[in-house]
Amino acid sequence: MTSIIEIYQSLGLFGRMAVFVVMAPFIGGILAGLDRKLTARMQGRVGPPIRQPFFDALKLFQKERIVVNKFQNVYIVLFCVFTIFSGALFFAGADILLTVFSLALAGTFFILGGFCVGSPYSHLGAERELIQMMAYEPMVILVAMGMYQVTGSFKVAEIAQYHAPLILYLPGVFAGFLYILTIKFRKSPFDLAISHHAHQEIVRGLTTEFSGPALAVIEITHWYENVLLVGMVYLFFAANPWVGFILALGTYFFEIFIDNNYARFKWQLTLFSSWLFTAVAGVSNIIVLYAIR
Amino acid sequence: MKALIFLIVFPLGIAVLAAVLPPKIRLRRAIAVIANITLCVVPIYLLVTYLDKGPAFFQLESHVINIFMLAIEVFIAGFIVYISIRAKRYLPVLLVAVQSLIMLTFEFTSGSTMQIEHSLFVDKFSIIMALIVGIIGSAICLYAIGYIPEYHEHHKEVKDRSRYFAFLLYLFLSAMFGIVFSNSLMWIYFFWEITTICSALLIGYRNDKQSVESSFRALNMNLLGGVVFAVGIVYLHNSTHVMELDKLLRLDQSIVLLPAVCIAFAGLVKAAQLPFSSWLTGAMVAPTPVSALLHSSTMVKAGVYIILRMSPVLENTAAAKMLMLIGGVSFLVTALIAISQNNAKKVLAYSTISNLGLIVACAGINTQAAVWSALLLIIFHAVAKSLLFLCVGIIEYKLGSRDIEDMDYLIMRLPKLTAVMMIGMAGMFIAPFGMIISKFVTLKAFIDANPGMAIILAYGSAATVFFWTKWMGKIISIQHGVTEVMEHLVSRWEWITLYILAVATVFVCLAFPFISFGLIDPYLLEKFGTIPVADTFNFIIVFITILGLLIILPLCLLYFGFVNKNYKRVGTYLGGGNIDNVTFEGAMASSQPIGLRNYYMEKYFGETRLLNAGVFVAVTLLFIMFGVAVL
Repeated sequence: MTSIIEIYQSLGLFGRMAVFVVMAPFIGGILAGLDRKLTARMQGRVGPPIRQPFFDALKLFQKERIVVNKFQNVYIVLFCVFTIFSGALFFAGADILLTVFSLALAGTFFILGGFCVGSPYSHLGAERELIQMMAYEPMVILVAMGMYQVTGSFKVAEIAQYHAPLILYLPGVFAGFLYILTIKFRKSPFDLAISHHAHQEIVRGLTTEFSGPALAVIEITHWYENVLLVGMVYLFFAANPWVGFILALGTYFFEIFIDNNYARFKWQLTLFSSWLFTAVAGVSNIIVLYAIR
Repeated sequence: MKALIFLIVFPLGIAVLAAVLPPKIRLRRAIAVIANITLCVVPIYLLVTYLDKGPAFFQLESHVINIFMLAIEVFIAGFIVYISIRAKRYLPVLLVAVQSLIMLTFEFTSGSTMQIEHSLFVDKFSIIMALIVGIIGSAICLYAIGYIPEYHEHHKEVKDRSRYFAFLLYLFLSAMFGIVFSNSLMWIYFFWEITTICSALLIGYRNDKQSVESSFRALNMNLLGGVVFAVGIVYLHNSTHVMELDKLLRLDQSIVLLPAVCIAFAGLVKAAQLPFSSWLTGAMVAPTPVSALLHSSTMVKAGVYIILRMSPVLENTAAAKMLMLIGGVSFLVTALIAISQNNAKKVLAYSTISNLGLIVACAGINTQAAVWSALLLIIFHAVAKSLLFLCVGIIEYKLGSRDIEDMDYLIMRLPKLTAVMMIGMAGMFIAPFGMIISKFVTLKAFIDANPGMAIILAYGSAATVFFWTKWMGKIISIQHGVTEVMEHLVSRWEWITLYILAVATVFVCLAFPFISFGLIDPYLLEKFGTIPVADTFNFIIVFITILGLLIILPLCLLYFGFVNKNYKRVGTYLGGGNIDNVTFEGAMASSQPIGLRNYYMEKYFGETRLLNAGVFVAVTLLFIMFGVAVL
């Protein structure tokens, strides 16, 4: 593990970006496969093979292109490009705030894609996605702030090098981040906008009018995003790579566990509980850090 | 110095011409075009001349001018009394009486002994302001040429006073140049009062009940600011005999704290910060060019200009903390209120107050990084906001409504205009563009200075993203079937302005490293003695992102629009058999219509409740600010 990290760190800026761009879909795909397997087991099913998400994506690429708005896929392309870009920035060790802003930009394009088709289900999905974005955005910024307060740097590379595990200083921020991570992973109880489960009341939400290759791109973008988010969790434990790796994966599986144990929230509860949790856990942590320094 | 005087006097001359020349002749338009081009060119000339020079101060024989100004002030006071009594409103009369009493006593007791060494000056900040006033202000004046005739077609009941309107617009620009170039506080005060009366008259242009109401509200609040301003400078002169901006900044903090707080108060009123936000939201009854002018290049920017000038005096005092908090509260509260608004102009107005709140908060913190981001915010906000106002002004007459809910399918009805509007909105909140660059820097400045403010920023930004994105989503949604394209109805004067401002929005984003190195860093060097360490790597990333977006987006549009023909187009899924695009066959063969509406969350982010809370907090903070300054 240590040697892998050393090799990774010895790479240049573009090398590290390239590693992310190439590797992330595989890791993300496997994570998605594990997710489905685990979910199935929790529900007493056998579940598909772990490689299934890759087959699904390949199959989707072979489907007919059906669109409502000629330009609807422009937004999906931009969503994909900017998600990959923010992930690449993160894994190259660049500014974490830039990563966060760039990820928000990608999310905005996704939402606009949902709006532009003019379909009621997709519209509602986009509105809900937007509400979710408003719900998680403050906490994501607080994560960057907290890490800066502890390590004195916004650079991911320097944050990862910090001698002590960040979790010791940022337990509240981590808890808050865990809360909104459920939104970002699109897991229940926060899968209002798009749900992987078949029991969504607004058809397929934001992605109702997207099919075939576009849907495959959305899926792959989601893999990229998941890898980035797992990477952000890793930062909290980066002092010890093994512990970090295991706990980051553990967090992912914890979210799957949550997913299978909760009913979907309404948007009101989603928004205000996230804001409240951000305030109680995140803000108090930040203020304590400021006070003791 | 000639360029400075020219910029102040020239618009004045144009204003007089605009009032004198008969309407609807070609000569008028020709003069307007030439004047506007001149107003763009001269600030650029100033920029080139002073690019690598420090601040320059100029002496001017000021006694005669002072007498002249006093006469005009008396005339304006008389005019305000006249219109107020005619409208049976007595608060402005009282305020004007107090103000005139203070200023006349002051002039007659100390006017002769007053020593003013340098009346005019120019530094990098003044040049930035002059560029904004010159370029954006004159672009708006161009727009007005096309807009005002249409305005009167739609509002037959309003008396056509377009000469009077043009006169006020140019007078306003002249006063703005006056504020940013004056070093003498008496002069700043003089021009300050002119912007007050101009804005009130422009707001009341329609002359119906509602606009008269708004007009007097703006007048009352700004006159109150003016009275406090007057008290501040009289106090300053009595205690220190100083009447100049640069000398004021060099005095001991304890002596000048109170005057600086008074002047900052006047700035808060002009910048429409809580508790004074209602004059700006009321101002939307005015014709669009007025709103655009008030919100982007003049009035509110004069407010933050003077606050930023006063910020070094307040540094590290409790008063500065209060200033910072007022800005922060205004930012957060108005961003949240904007979520619940469906009137396009009101959303824009609240967004303006919100962004100005951020600038005021930066001034309160007054570290290098904070001032740096405040200046960037001023620039980016001015360009993008004026563009948005002008777009909404056109949409209002083409659709017959300024309600965001009526802007469905705008991209099919006014495609080019929607594209321009998207650029403006992107400039306001989308990641690599202007405002977000400054927010990024602001966030970093806040974290170092005061994490509480950074937390406010985190929540406020989330709200900002929400209300902009849902509006954006509204205008880009489509509906199948024929929709009437009404773009040809937009006049070419309006198009020219929109193109200028759209290009400017993109340009300032791309040029921001140069703006930063060339203009802002030298100013910070003058002010703080050092410049903030530029994060070159991040600059490059942001630059690449903008460039990438500017390249990928058109390529994508081209590809999906013209190259890729391999797709099948269908109607939307409506949960039943589609009858046409907005109705479907539901259960029991019923025909069900569909409609798309945005979330406004009135129950949670309603205007009245949040505004009341905000005003309450802000008034308390204001009292504390004065309290700590007096003691």
